[in-house]
Amino acid sequence: MSELPVADVLAAEPDEETTLPPSKGDSDLGGRTLEEVDPGDALVHVRGLKKHFPLRGGFLSRIQGHVKAVDGVTFWVGKGETLGLVGESGSGKSTTGRAILRLIEPTEGTVVFAGQDVTAMDAEDLQALRRQAQIIFQDPFASLNPRMTVGDAIREVLKVHGLARGEGADARVRELLRLVGLRPEYASRYPHEFSGGQRQRIGIARALSVEPEFIVCDEPVSALDVSVQAQVVNLLEELQQRLGLAFLFIAHDLSVVEHVSDRVAVMYLGRIVETADAEQLTRSPKHPYTRALLSAVPVPEPGRKRERIVLPGDVPSPIDPPSGCPFHPRCPHPLKDQDCARTVPPLAEKAPGQFAACIKEPAYVAPTGS
Amino acid sequence: MAAYVARRLLGAIPLVLGIATIIFFVVNLAPGDPTALYFNQNVPPEVLEQIRRNFGLDQPLLVRYWKWLTSFFTGDFGYSFAHSRPVADIILETLGPTLILAGCTLVLIFAAGIATGVIQAVRQHRPADRILSITSLFFYSMPSFWLGLMLMLLLSLKAHEWGLPFALPPTGMTSVDYEFLSFGGKLADRATHLVLPVLTLSLVMAAGIARYTRGQMLEVIHQDYIRTARAKGLPGRTVVLKHALRNSLLPVITLLGLYMPLLFSGSVFVEVIFSWPGMGRVIVDAIFQRDYPLVMATSFIFALVVVLGSLVADILYAVADPRIRYD
Repeated sequence: MSELPVADVLAAEPDEETTLPPSKGDSDLGGRTLEEVDPGDALVHVRGLKKHFPLRGGFLSRIQGHVKAVDGVTFWVGKGETLGLVGESGSGKSTTGRAILRLIEPTEGTVVFAGQDVTAMDAEDLQALRRQAQIIFQDPFASLNPRMTVGDAIREVLKVHGLARGEGADARVRELLRLVGLRPEYASRYPHEFSGGQRQRIGIARALSVEPEFIVCDEPVSALDVSVQAQVVNLLEELQQRLGLAFLFIAHDLSVVEHVSDRVAVMYLGRIVETADAEQLTRSPKHPYTRALLSAVPVPEPGRKRERIVLPGDVPSPIDPPSGCPFHPRCPHPLKDQDCARTVPPLAEKAPGQFAACIKEPAYVAPTGS
Repeated sequence: MAAYVARRLLGAIPLVLGIATIIFFVVNLAPGDPTALYFNQNVPPEVLEQIRRNFGLDQPLLVRYWKWLTSFFTGDFGYSFAHSRPVADIILETLGPTLILAGCTLVLIFAAGIATGVIQAVRQHRPADRILSITSLFFYSMPSFWLGLMLMLLLSLKAHEWGLPFALPPTGMTSVDYEFLSFGGKLADRATHLVLPVLTLSLVMAAGIARYTRGQMLEVIHQDYIRTARAKGLPGRTVVLKHALRNSLLPVITLLGLYMPLLFSGSVFVEVIFSWPGMGRVIVDAIFQRDYPLVMATSFIFALVVVLGSLVADILYAVADPRIRYD
């Protein structure tokens, strides 16, 4: 064996698969996938949404690759419902929220809002969409134009959508400020005169000014102090009940999401790895990533400690995501094997209404005839 | 705000006094004196001495300084040695043309510079941005005196020869037949004479402002509140012009103060090249002729304009940004 054949040399190169145990044949690719579910009359239905940002570099700044910020996500939000979208920084949550509203152009996939295809909308339709779907941004300090008074910023919305002018607009501004718990006199103040929580309330008032049906809350409380977070979250819930709003609530704080959401979707590296009812997801998570996330939520009980699952390594780069299951290099699942690096796991039903992208979890098969 | 302006104006007094003092000593301590103009083999030294006495140059420096300063601030700018006329008359005559030149340039550099910067930022990395970038870098790196000569050659002297449908007047502020023109003709004549000097001064400086505006715009365009404006459903034009541009202009306004000195020193070159009858040309001549009173008065006026320019920039800053309050 002094001369190795070329093929053997190539095969001897360190391969990700070789570091994993060989296939055990216990993978389960079955189960209904999320794409196959008919959500009925969902207000927002996102199917296979992708957003790839081109990476330019080198001579003549040619496209050298893509950041796969969002890599095929499917979900829906019903009328008056809150879907929580959680994930680490860089998992593509915010990009998803913005792509739904076409604040950035999605690369692929469809977004249907109230029966209309958002991805096919022209400028005029988009303008109409902005009356029905709004967004609240994460950073209340950066998301308000520093050179416009609060009143002007809201009046501008009313004017561009032809909702109110003159006296009527002033009255509406006062009403909106009162609605979010601010004093109507604040209309003539500039953003820098407010605290973070107050600014976020202004952001909410602005979003509400068009009387939307759907609001993307893009980490609305992440930049706020914990005491203020509760106020803003409660305000959002109260407004939801009063105005029948649907929310896509984006956050990296699972405890907040758990609290506000009806359903939760967990994102990892631009994909949804698990989605279920909020309660079910927290009670019995199916995906190892969700389990790890949940183990990091502090328990509000002195003395008691949850067993913390610490994931090894960092989130891989979305430029060159791992093969197969994007989570496999960090996955603590006891059954992990070479299949995980080969197969892209479908987001399949693992329990009634609970979908997880893990081939090592047994699929749920609905009883026939029911 | 009024209190702030008053305070700034009061604060400018020692500054202006200091400037006047420095100008006086720099000019008077420089080698050579105004009699050099009359120096000639046939002029006996006694006559030169007499001239010196006539100009008051025989007195000690500090005495001269005090006399000059007191009369200067009472509005008596003195008597030009070379022109044999009161300095005030010369300044009144030449200040107008300089202000016209500088004023037109100022308006043009900010209008063209900001417009270019905005277009570049909106079209970032597209061909329009690239072309404008290269063009502005081209002009930015060009010495204005050379650009002036080239423009003169291209658009005036060789214009007909090279088949251009027009030829701009290369020098002066009016044509020789100016007196015989109708009112409209006079206006047009003055305007065409303005084109080359203003263009020479503007191209270089507008390029700088364009680059600056582009950078500022790009910074602002990626701010969250621009995304907010888009999410509100505002048309793109409103987002760019109302939200992005207004916030980008803030630092550009500071350039107003910084460009004032450049504008006036630039006009010295341009006035000499294009024989523009303004103060810049007078300064150059006065320096060569050691015409102390004239050099001091004109330099002082330039300094004053610069001080005022930065004051105006500070005030505009407060007007443009509600967060800045000076009181």
